[in-house]
Amino acid sequence: MRIAPFLITAAVTTALVITLNTRLTIGGKEAPAFGSFLSPQHGFWQNAEPASENFNADLTFTKLNGKVDVYLDDRLVPHIFAEQENDAYFVQGFLHAKFRLWQMELQTFAAGGRASEILGEKGLAHDREFRRLGMMYAAEIALKELEKDPVIISECDAYTAGVNSYIESLTESTLPLEYKLIGYKPEKWSNLKTSLFIKYMAYDLASHDDDFEMTNAKSFFNVDDFAKLFPAIQDSLDPIIPKGTVFEKQKVFPVAPLNADSVYLNSHELAVSETSKPDRENGSNNWAVSGSKTKSGAPILCNDPHLGLNLPSIWYEVQISTPSFNAYGVSFPGAPGVIIGYNDSCAFGNTNGGRDVRDYFEIKFKDDSRQEYSFNGQWIKTTFRIDTIKIKNKPDFIDSVAYVKLGNDICPVMYDKSFSGGRNTNNKYYAVRWKAHDASNELKFSNMLNHAKNYADYSAAATNLHTPGQNCVFACKNGDIALRTQGEWPAKWMGQGDFVMPGYDTSYLWQGMIPQDEVPYQYNPERGFVSSANQKPVDETYPYYLGRAYPMYRGFEINRRLKNMTAITPQDMMALQTSNYNAFAEMAMPLFLKNIRENDLSGEGKKYLEYLKEWDFKNEAASKGATVFELLWDNFEDAVFNDEFAKAPKVVMHPFESSLLEGLLKDTAYKFLDNINTPQKETMADEVTMAFKKTTDSLNKAANEGRLDWGKYKATHIDHLTKLPALSRLNMGVGGGVHNINATKTTHGPSWRMVVSLTAKTEAYGVYPGGQSGNPGSKYYDSFVDQWAAGKYYSLWMMTKEEVGDKRVIAKITFNKN
Amino acid sequence: MKFFISFILTILLSFAACLFLPWWSIAIAAFLVAALIPQKPGKSFLTAFAALFLLWGSLSFWMSNNNQHILAHKISQLVLKMDNPIILVLATALIGALVAGFAALAGSYLRSTKR
Repeated sequence: MRIAPFLITAAVTTALVITLNTRLTIGGKEAPAFGSFLSPQHGFWQNAEPASENFNADLTFTKLNGKVDVYLDDRLVPHIFAEQENDAYFVQGFLHAKFRLWQMELQTFAAGGRASEILGEKGLAHDREFRRLGMMYAAEIALKELEKDPVIISECDAYTAGVNSYIESLTESTLPLEYKLIGYKPEKWSNLKTSLFIKYMAYDLASHDDDFEMTNAKSFFNVDDFAKLFPAIQDSLDPIIPKGTVFEKQKVFPVAPLNADSVYLNSHELAVSETSKPDRENGSNNWAVSGSKTKSGAPILCNDPHLGLNLPSIWYEVQISTPSFNAYGVSFPGAPGVIIGYNDSCAFGNTNGGRDVRDYFEIKFKDDSRQEYSFNGQWIKTTFRIDTIKIKNKPDFIDSVAYVKLGNDICPVMYDKSFSGGRNTNNKYYAVRWKAHDASNELKFSNMLNHAKNYADYSAAATNLHTPGQNCVFACKNGDIALRTQGEWPAKWMGQGDFVMPGYDTSYLWQGMIPQDEVPYQYNPERGFVSSANQKPVDETYPYYLGRAYPMYRGFEINRRLKNMTAITPQDMMALQTSNYNAFAEMAMPLFLKNIRENDLSGEGKKYLEYLKEWDFKNEAASKGATVFELLWDNFEDAVFNDEFAKAPKVVMHPFESSLLEGLLKDTAYKFLDNINTPQKETMADEVTMAFKKTTDSLNKAANEGRLDWGKYKATHIDHLTKLPALSRLNMGVGGGVHNINATKTTHGPSWRMVVSLTAKTEAYGVYPGGQSGNPGSKYYDSFVDQWAAGKYYSLWMMTKEEVGDKRVIAKITFNKN
Repeated sequence: MKFFISFILTILLSFAACLFLPWWSIAIAAFLVAALIPQKPGKSFLTAFAALFLLWGSLSFWMSNNNQHILAHKISQLVLKMDNPIILVLATALIGALVAGFAALAGSYLRSTKR
């Protein structure tokens, strides 16, 4: 033995192995441990799924009660045939995990405020925010509620067992790619995680509020200006439930506090705001037309929920066939059942209700210890929830959150001296009252809908959906169509919850919920269709206050088009769903064209004005006029409001586009047109011409970059959840926009397009911007993206047991009971 | 002949070990083969280097090819900042080869005596 060389080379080898087995930080970024990551038998190469992958399998589990056959079709959609209903949920859980585990787990980590465990310290602000909003608190309450329901808890138990059966089968080699990249391992699934996922949807869809921004705006502007900037009424509104509908007799009478005018509505006290918010445009479209308007004579139901565009997609397509029901549609990896889809009798879909169900109350504590708070003139003892936040590579962070009892509601004091969401809180304390904290059983809603045979079943199912409230559309083979603006909503007095409220007495609290029989709905209306697109659900005759923040132009356009359509085919509905017509631009353009002073424009400006004049109000991918309009509108808005807002608090509400447009349409001498910093009085012509000059500069820049076409300018992209560009689809170049029925924005848009014609044999179409596999190494990872981008659909196949020999079936997975 | 036997043995032992053990079991495989079949240190290094270069290179190429290089395109952009599956295959092969080579060198020094 040559000791010295041996020791040296042994040491070099050991050092090499240790280095390659360690996650190194290279250029500020943590890299995977290259040895295990590159090893062909352990690392990412194992995730390079063969293009001709054989998915056939024969599996056995003790948790099953009968046999389940799963047929995977050529789009990798599973058709689950189960002898026992709960076995179908076991298999659905297994398949969700097999194809989407990493995403499922990440979403529940994010929901529960555990991002720091994966991301390290940069996840801490998110985690504190989510925990202080009471996400875990809400999920625990919801879990207790569903444990009381024997049908739903056994459904969840089966689902959880299915997910865990897959997780238990994983080895280092078969871990999903992202675990290898980031360097951690999945933990067991649980019913609490399913509950957390549902709260994550509640966060995404039903937690938006502008209370702090509105409070600050109210404190900055005088009463008249505030009313002009933030009107409660929209002139062009075509509500979901048509104007003139007679509502159920009012049974709950919310009363405004006696001092509401002085202490609340006209108070000029400043507040603060939170850091991140769910997208306000988490909107969607749905409608159903009755047989009287269709070519086949059968109803057609359509739905396209607009959500953040991500890979892996939020949706997973599935058919579930059991002795008690047979449903097809999209499911959420993380929860059992079909969420949007159809069964053998009817079809169902949702758009977001978008009402304000998250309000803040200012709390007065006796001292900084937060041990006692003032309520109804008494000092009441606080309870504390101690949250231990684990942080990767760092010691735990302990957060103690005060919970106060306001009336019957226990609310977390979300913002206090230790956590302000990154802003100056003026050392105040704000408790949050969020509807998602209340006990409810949303899984019952989808379970009953999956089983629904008729309108009565649908109505009974819908009342279980409390939060996030949705506009639930329905159509049935017997010809019925319906739409409920469903949810359990607080009955509010005029203006309640628009601003931060005093939390020291009973009078400002929510006083009750709107009874379910007062939920506005339409059932087989005379006009032959029902529709919703997140606009305000009702007109001013509805007795409860519903807030003022609703987008309305998509709904306006959908109703106008549906009203005039007859002999409708599914293809007509696809054309409507993918329509890039901009009703907002149609209303705004005459104002622009009448007022732009062409002679003041440069040569290039005149060329861009030509594009605008020739524009057909469609945000098509190749349209240059759309780019001119969108930029011009933004610059115009700035020109009108920037002077007034220059000295406003940083956290402040800005008017909606509809408020500015309608203000101008009503009054050409709109007050805010005048630039308050100049001696002369500016007019519409001054402001829009100035905005056009500014727009010309931006357009020149865009032209130089070859981005004058709207699709290129908007540059829609579908990001992987890690935001790593290599795993994302960038520069999709598609049309659409915020006020188009095809509301495809830069990172947000139609997440599932579905058209279901309820003829004797159902004819259904659908597509989502993703693919059935969550594995970036699979050809099924993004296989639907191009079809979606082209505005095309797939024919949806409600498979029958007789069709097992069909050429579309590429594999069979058999699940046997042990 | 020794070269050839060592070469084949290193490949087989590495592959088998990695079916059950972590990736660094290739170092143990190369070390054992070099210690059991004495060769000059330089030759031992080369043998194991070539064995793992071939094993990891061909395995990863074969997998990537079956995958139509879908994943290698993405991972090469992520790790190498360039879109080149073949370089990613070569990088994989090189990492395995280096580890095995040094392990074999150590194995060889364990057995060799000064001339």
